[in-house]
Amino acid sequence: MISIKNVSKSYGDTRALKDFSLEIPEGGIMGLLGPNGAGKSTLIRILTQIIEKDSGEIIYKGQTLDHSHIGRFGYLPEERGLYKKMKVGEELIYLARLKGLSSGEATEKAINWVKKLDLKDWWNHKVIDLSKGMQQKIQFIATVVHEPSVLILDEPFSGFDPLNAGVVRDLILELKKSGVTILLSTHRMESVEELCDRIVLINKSKKVLEGDKQQLKDSYKENKFRIRIKGNGIGVLEGIDHQLVEDSGLESEYLIKPRTEQLASSLLKSISEKVDLVAFKEELPSVDQIFKQVVNQSNHG
Amino acid sequence: MGKIFLVTSREYITRVRKKTFIVMTILTPLLMMGLLVGTIWFSTQKGERKSILVIEDGNRLSKFFSDNEELDFEFSSQEGSGDEELALKSHYGLLKIPEFDLRDPKGFEFTSEQNPSLDLVKTMERQIEGGIKELRLKESGLTRGFLDSLEANVTLRTFNVSGGSEKESHAGVSFGIGYVAAFLIYLFVFIYSAQVMRGIIEEKTSRVVEVIISSVKPFELMLGKVLGVAGVGLTQLMIWIVLGLLFSTLGVGFLSPDMDAVQMNPQQQQMAEMADLPWISALLDFPVFTFLFSFLFFFLGGYLMYSALFAAIGSAVDAETDSQQFMLPITIPLIMAIVALAPVLNNPQGPLAFWLSIIPLTSPVIMVARIPFGVEWWELCLSMLLLIGGFLFTIWIGSRIYRIGILMHGSKVNYRILARWLFKSY
Repeated sequence: MISIKNVSKSYGDTRALKDFSLEIPEGGIMGLLGPNGAGKSTLIRILTQIIEKDSGEIIYKGQTLDHSHIGRFGYLPEERGLYKKMKVGEELIYLARLKGLSSGEATEKAINWVKKLDLKDWWNHKVIDLSKGMQQKIQFIATVVHEPSVLILDEPFSGFDPLNAGVVRDLILELKKSGVTILLSTHRMESVEELCDRIVLINKSKKVLEGDKQQLKDSYKENKFRIRIKGNGIGVLEGIDHQLVEDSGLESEYLIKPRTEQLASSLLKSISEKVDLVAFKEELPSVDQIFKQVVNQSNHG
Repeated sequence: MGKIFLVTSREYITRVRKKTFIVMTILTPLLMMGLLVGTIWFSTQKGERKSILVIEDGNRLSKFFSDNEELDFEFSSQEGSGDEELALKSHYGLLKIPEFDLRDPKGFEFTSEQNPSLDLVKTMERQIEGGIKELRLKESGLTRGFLDSLEANVTLRTFNVSGGSEKESHAGVSFGIGYVAAFLIYLFVFIYSAQVMRGIIEEKTSRVVEVIISSVKPFELMLGKVLGVAGVGLTQLMIWIVLGLLFSTLGVGFLSPDMDAVQMNPQQQQMAEMADLPWISALLDFPVFTFLFSFLFFFLGGYLMYSALFAAIGSAVDAETDSQQFMLPITIPLIMAIVALAPVLNNPQGPLAFWLSIIPLTSPVIMVARIPFGVEWWELCLSMLLLIGGFLFTIWIGSRIYRIGILMHGSKVNYRILARWLFKSY
């Protein structure tokens, strides 16, 4: 869908992106992660053609990305902004028309979206008269109203209460289902865990990690298992590295790490012979853990 | 092109629909008319008459003094005047005339509690000078009647020769129209350029700009805004021209009976002398179409040139208060043009007038002031071409700074940074 090839960008003497390459496959949600100042915003601004890259190339559906593709992209910036004194309806139509829709199409689609998010009564109100949550919803509609094929969302949940954050999450999943390619930049790891199919991690203007979320988790797992047993388990876990997580008196939970690499099934078998097992689960690293580990490694390496 | 049009029409519609636009468009000419009528009304009102006590022994000079609209003279001798402070209680001031030599008159003094106005001092000087003249006349043995018979009053009618035909020229009409037109251009350029700047600062601080430039190029957004505001300016101008014509027709009818009573300053006197000639022919001879076309051209050209620079400033700063330091150097040429306006109108073909009407930064104001006096066609063309070049250049500069400035937040900008934005491909 989008191939980013060896893209570099500097602001004066500051290097924001160095020799950055990335394949964004069609459909699905790609999480764009990285510490502050890593170069995420620069990458987003280059993809949305707000700024120009210094070198490298970007291919969108087999063509070099240029201004003719702008209508295929939707962008929700982290710093939200609307014309506050415009009426909701007029503003949505204006923004949709800037993306290349005709007046009729823009009106029809804007009305549909406003109905969908229960904001129909506000169509003729000025944006400034809306609550912050409603303004955020309008901003979200403005991002998707022209039905883009690529959606770039920068911290889409900030400013929403949990209820509305849920609404937005459902909308994102719905858009994904309809085939939209989504690039999601966020610091909220729980959103990444929940929504993303792939992950790319930027640190210090370079790509340090990229891949399918599940595969990454597999490759970063440390051969640890989480078990829950009856009793406190004292004396029965000899010969296995173990760490008590919780002891409720009746049951206790341990993280165990066998000394040798072995299949989960054989481990399960050997443990269940010794203890009264309630639960057994392979312990996979969270995205948050992978993030911290990789960033630390790249900072010190 | 389509996107520029979208931006332009949004800028235009949101501004024209605003209540402040409608109110200001209607109120401004009313205020102007009110100001004009008020000034004329006040100038026709006579001030309180002031009584002046003239103290002179022997009444040698003061017998020639005569009361006028403002002054009453009372006369007293040195001994009869009594206490000075007491006299000032009942009189505005005391004019003391000592013994003086007719060949070298001096030693006249005026005392009052308030500072006398320049007008008052001049009036009293004229009274004294008149008296001395009469005394000298008498001494030389000439009579007043003989002297009056020497006076002559001639009115010179001036003609321009252009294209083989002779046309009567009207310096007074040209002066008036040139002055008003130049001043309007100055005001418009200032007001509308500042509107562009304010609009850009608003877009930047409300962060909507990032959403917009993910859809349009920064240059398209800037140009769209500049053109939209230009449309607002033209609309306002058209409304004012119509209202102005309406009011001036009504106003002239209303004011003219009183006009004779108005005390005239030299400029008005010049105009009044012109009134000897038929005004209508003066206006008919006036190059209306050249003038209107040039006025619109120089208004648009000047506005485009300055608004691009104001746009650059707006994009570079985070708040309007930060814009002051950058605005000063840009507005200096405009202010210079207004300062030079009076000398230019007094000598519309002089070197100052020529050069200021050719240089793009001042030409919109100065050329429009010169046109009513008649300008060589090559000068007009050169000025217009240079103005086009000028605004293309400032739009280039403006857009270079704008494209980077609108994305910068929180960083203090100075001239060196602006120069870097201008020349580096950020």
